[in-house]
Amino acid sequence: MTRTMLLIGTSKGAFILDGDADRASWSLRGPLCEGWPIHDLQWDPATGSIYAGGGSIWYGPAVFRSDDLGKTWSHSSEGITYGDDGPKIPTVWNVTPAHGSIYAGVEPAGLFRSEDGGANWSHVGGLREHPSRPDWQPGAGGLICHTIVPHPTEAEKMWVAISAVGTFATEDGGTTWEARNQGVINCNSPDPYPETGQCVHKLVMAAGHPDRFYQQNHCGVYRSTDGGKQWQDISAGLVSEFGFVFGAHPRDPATGWVIPLSHPEEGRYAPGGSLGVWRTTDSGDSWRRHGEGLPQENAFVGVFREAMAVDRLDPVGVFFGTSTGQLYGSADEGETWSVVAENLPPIWGVEAVAVD
Amino acid sequence: MATVILPRSLVSLIPGTQRSTDVEAATVAEAIDRLDEQTPGIRNRLVDSGPMIRQHINVYVDSQPAELDTPVAAGSTIHIIPAVSGG
Repeated sequence: MTRTMLLIGTSKGAFILDGDADRASWSLRGPLCEGWPIHDLQWDPATGSIYAGGGSIWYGPAVFRSDDLGKTWSHSSEGITYGDDGPKIPTVWNVTPAHGSIYAGVEPAGLFRSEDGGANWSHVGGLREHPSRPDWQPGAGGLICHTIVPHPTEAEKMWVAISAVGTFATEDGGTTWEARNQGVINCNSPDPYPETGQCVHKLVMAAGHPDRFYQQNHCGVYRSTDGGKQWQDISAGLVSEFGFVFGAHPRDPATGWVIPLSHPEEGRYAPGGSLGVWRTTDSGDSWRRHGEGLPQENAFVGVFREAMAVDRLDPVGVFFGTSTGQLYGSADEGETWSVVAENLPPIWGVEAVAVD
Repeated sequence: MATVILPRSLVSLIPGTQRSTDVEAATVAEAIDRLDEQTPGIRNRLVDSGPMIRQHINVYVDSQPAELDTPVAAGSTIHIIPAVSGG
């Protein structure tokens, strides 16, 4: 029987929630990774390994790896460096397995690749050689490469998202990169449509359509049907244009979930203290709010960029963690919600894994 | 031989390390290199680009603040201690 396992990154370690087949009962393991701040955990379906990316204020950046579903871990940062003359790297923000390689996005924004399961890393230097790089500016979370989206079948194609810079794509394995931000507004700039400078918060690919993307941006929610070359604002109908997460349905390319938050200069929490998840089933043409089972008053919580996940069961399970340590889940594609875990440290990342 | 005293959190992080280890070294950098030969990866936890000791790691040789190029004598004690940081 297939069950869901939730991988949770927090400011004080990683945790794993093991669910039963009904996604109704959960047991918690952790803290893992020695209590390090962990931004992101990912499962590699090719090997069964779990990867966790983070950084310790004392001991620097690292990618942790577990080959036994989180029971034991090793770690490495060998090669995660811009060199002795380059900027220091405090932390790993994203770790993504793809086509036999492991990729890591770091702060300050850059991309690294491992060909040996995370033991040794090399810099994918082409990204930081983009002509716009001298103008890259940090967002509130830093100048961070926080999202990596590989093409599902063509290993030389990849998209990354950098705050507060925008989306970039490579079609030659990382040697050259193209900014893909046309149509995305920069609401914090006198030039509303620059080539770069857009603060993308989360970038996702639609199921089965490698050219169709969604992004939750600092200034709105967008979709693209041409690999990110042109974007269309799909924020109409949402309570707020601001938020961090976007969850994409694993089979239906038109369905996704966002969690709008209050204006970025006005708290960045559930608007009015009422927590809701908004779902589209028509690629963002319309949205519907779902709050049943979520706190509808006095819930001034935030949800960070990596903290939403969907599983692959039918119906799809949707999960998200809050900045104050609650983890909520839905076993009916976001219609109704319940508490999965409470009293965790601030949740930074959630990943859902189907385990047989 | 010099004696390196590691913090508990580092011993917990890197299998094979011990709280107290004797090494042959003329500087702090050499002492860390000797440790890294015994337990690969420990240098990356202590040394940042530059190279320099990580910002929130304090190193002392015979109770005096030290850097990577600080000399180490036979019989010296090198304390590696996490700074009071975090939240």
